[in-house]
Amino acid sequence: MTDLLAARTQMALSLGFHIVFAEIGIAMPLMMVIAEWRWRRTGDAAYLALARRWAKGTAILFAVGAVSGTVLSFELGLLWPGFMRFAGPLIGIPFSLEGFAFFLEAIFLGVYLYGWDRVSPRAHLAAGVIVAASGAASAVFVVLVNAWMNTPVGFTLAADGTFASIDPIAAMRSPAAFQQALHMLLASYAATGLAVAGVHAFVLRRGGAPAFHSRALGVALLVGAPAALLQPLSGDVSARVVASTQPVKLAALESQWRTERGAPLRIGGLPDAEHERTRFAIEIPYGLSLLAFHDPRAEVKGLEIAPRADRPSVAVVHVAFQVMVALGSTMALVSLWAGLVWWRRRTLTSNRALLLALSVVTPFGFLATEAGWIVTEVGRQPWVVQGLQRTSAAVTPMPGLVVPMTLFTLLYCGLGAIVVTLIVTLVRDTSAPSGIVADKEIVS
Amino acid sequence: MTADAHSIGMPELVAALMIVALNAYVLTGGADFGGGVWDLFARGPRREAQRALIAHEIGPIWEANHVWLILVVVMLFTAFPAAFATLGTVLHIPLSLMLGGIVLRGSSFVFRSYGARDRATQRRWGTSFAVASLVTPLLLGVIVGAIVSGRVGEASRRLSEASSAAPASFASVYVAPWLAPFPIALGVLALAMFAFLAATYLAAAAPDDALRDDFRRHAFAAAAAMFVAAFGALVVAHFSAPDVRHALMSMTGRALVIQIATATAALLALWALASRRWRVARVSAAAQVSLILWGWVAVQYPYIVPPFQTARDLAAPRVTLALLLGALAAGAVVLVPSLIYLFRTFSAARVEAGGDASSSRR
Repeated sequence: MTDLLAARTQMALSLGFHIVFAEIGIAMPLMMVIAEWRWRRTGDAAYLALARRWAKGTAILFAVGAVSGTVLSFELGLLWPGFMRFAGPLIGIPFSLEGFAFFLEAIFLGVYLYGWDRVSPRAHLAAGVIVAASGAASAVFVVLVNAWMNTPVGFTLAADGTFASIDPIAAMRSPAAFQQALHMLLASYAATGLAVAGVHAFVLRRGGAPAFHSRALGVALLVGAPAALLQPLSGDVSARVVASTQPVKLAALESQWRTERGAPLRIGGLPDAEHERTRFAIEIPYGLSLLAFHDPRAEVKGLEIAPRADRPSVAVVHVAFQVMVALGSTMALVSLWAGLVWWRRRTLTSNRALLLALSVVTPFGFLATEAGWIVTEVGRQPWVVQGLQRTSAAVTPMPGLVVPMTLFTLLYCGLGAIVVTLIVTLVRDTSAPSGIVADKEIVS
Repeated sequence: MTADAHSIGMPELVAALMIVALNAYVLTGGADFGGGVWDLFARGPRREAQRALIAHEIGPIWEANHVWLILVVVMLFTAFPAAFATLGTVLHIPLSLMLGGIVLRGSSFVFRSYGARDRATQRRWGTSFAVASLVTPLLLGVIVGAIVSGRVGEASRRLSEASSAAPASFASVYVAPWLAPFPIALGVLALAMFAFLAATYLAAAAPDDALRDDFRRHAFAAAAAMFVAAFGALVVAHFSAPDVRHALMSMTGRALVIQIATATAALLALWALASRRWRVARVSAAAQVSLILWGWVAVQYPYIVPPFQTARDLAAPRVTLALLLGALAAGAVVLVPSLIYLFRTFSAARVEAGGDASSSRR
């Protein structure tokens, strides 16, 4: 394994690990606040138990997200000093703003988790709202940086390739900024909402306390289902921005080898980089031109516009893209189904088939997020900043990077296993009110 | 004003604010690590009560305290990207190890708080939390020692001057800068400092006299360790490589003033502990530790990566610094009241909940 590949693997693993906890940190507080708000409005104790239980889960997951996020901030320098030297002044501002948003999140999460009896009801609910809002803001700021890496703007170049002048504010408003931030936020709500809904649907099917779990299912779907339904639309916007700003990435994710008018949409298939063709794909005539440019005769650039050395791994990007779309579409369909059932019957719990479908899609959102992250990151290779800096120019000169990569892999595998065990225990302990007692023990 | 603007400009201002954030991290996050150290060394009949008090004190606030470190890192790479690149390259190994410590400390703490309540599980996470709390400050001190002694700067120069014909050895660039007596002495000093802060805070917060005396004893032990480590660092610097001696011998009058103030604060803290004036002890311990930090800054000024690169050399363009200062000002407006609210909420709670803190963890 080369040092570059080891560094990329470590970064991919760290981001892939963190992104799940980041998504949960964005959406879970919102659900927790909705549950508490329902309790305060209706006096229904099941909602209070729910808010407490979810707060407990959030506490565990947020802490892991916070420490894995710290690792990432350091890894920018440990693995990619060339990138930071080059781009630091331009992308530091959104990171700084993210730092403050994260600060607010951590402060008010402390107030929320430990302050049930210490602050007024109104202040407690407000603390939860601040956690939810600043979590979303953090995500937006971080994604602005990634959007800039995909569509860099806000600078003029000197003859030697460094920046002659920079405009960090313009860099925050890069062409990909809005759609990437939207896609990430919707992904967070959809993935977390449907995952939580899936867990409670699973317990309901097995005969878990209906009062508690049906309310949990309702709140989780309230957050997850609309996001899952909107996500395909946001994906369409994303694809069109990619088509116009990163044609090689679009060609890779659709495995479009030749530039052509009226390009077909390929579903499935195995790209063969050697012979520059895609086998076993179902082709829908004019589909890609229609989707990418909303015009069946539009020209779609093929991978051939870039020399072979400047193309990403088409097999990885194409397959990851197919996986993301398939998972996302399934989530949208199940959400639609849940919406229809609710609209016709005003209850979700009596439809066992729907509960089964919800249980099955539990991990889909997180898997789709990983796949989507692979699409955007691997699809940009060999560039770390599209067209400006190669990943190979950004990597640290330190040799032996396979060692830290291995150690961090082991660390994250261990952490992941423990977190899963803890959450499973938390869910299995379904007798709702006991969570409150446990919380009191911790507070005092 | 114009003469001042010539010598102290935006790079120095941003660097100073970065040190302020680091100072906040040391006083809050550092003490949280120190708490973990006392969890490890909890002894005697009140062992579990000591651990319960530590968990109770850091529970609501450690995550917020931890963010100070992230703020320092973000300010460093925004305002001084080249310094961040150099430190990340040369100090890859100790920084990675420190990150391992940060991850284990934080996750073990929540796993202990929210995981299974049985003794074996509790002890496993407790040990992991406590050991990680010990290792992380040690590495933080080692990293500071490597920077201030100029060893990082030297290694970075070796790396940039190396060619494929005459490559710099792995050990000389990636190991020698930090695995040396002086950085290790500073590591021990940092550890003792954090343990001292924690013991003083915990003595002030303890619900009863017995616990208070436990932590008072711990504070004296940590103060002794601090003294030994500081003295050891001086001796090591004297007999060590010339670049290390240079860093400490180039002390100016400014640094001397800080040293005298540090000694005063140290004596005041010890006197307050001895005479059980907890509030005075807490404030003077915090002052002492902060002054040690600013003493380091005075030695190193105006360099960020001594002995070659100053804050000005490594600074990002003016527009970035100006925007960063704006962001910091705007951030402070929301941050400061929020932090005050957090600490008020839970220091008021301490008085009410204090009575049962000693029994809750049994």
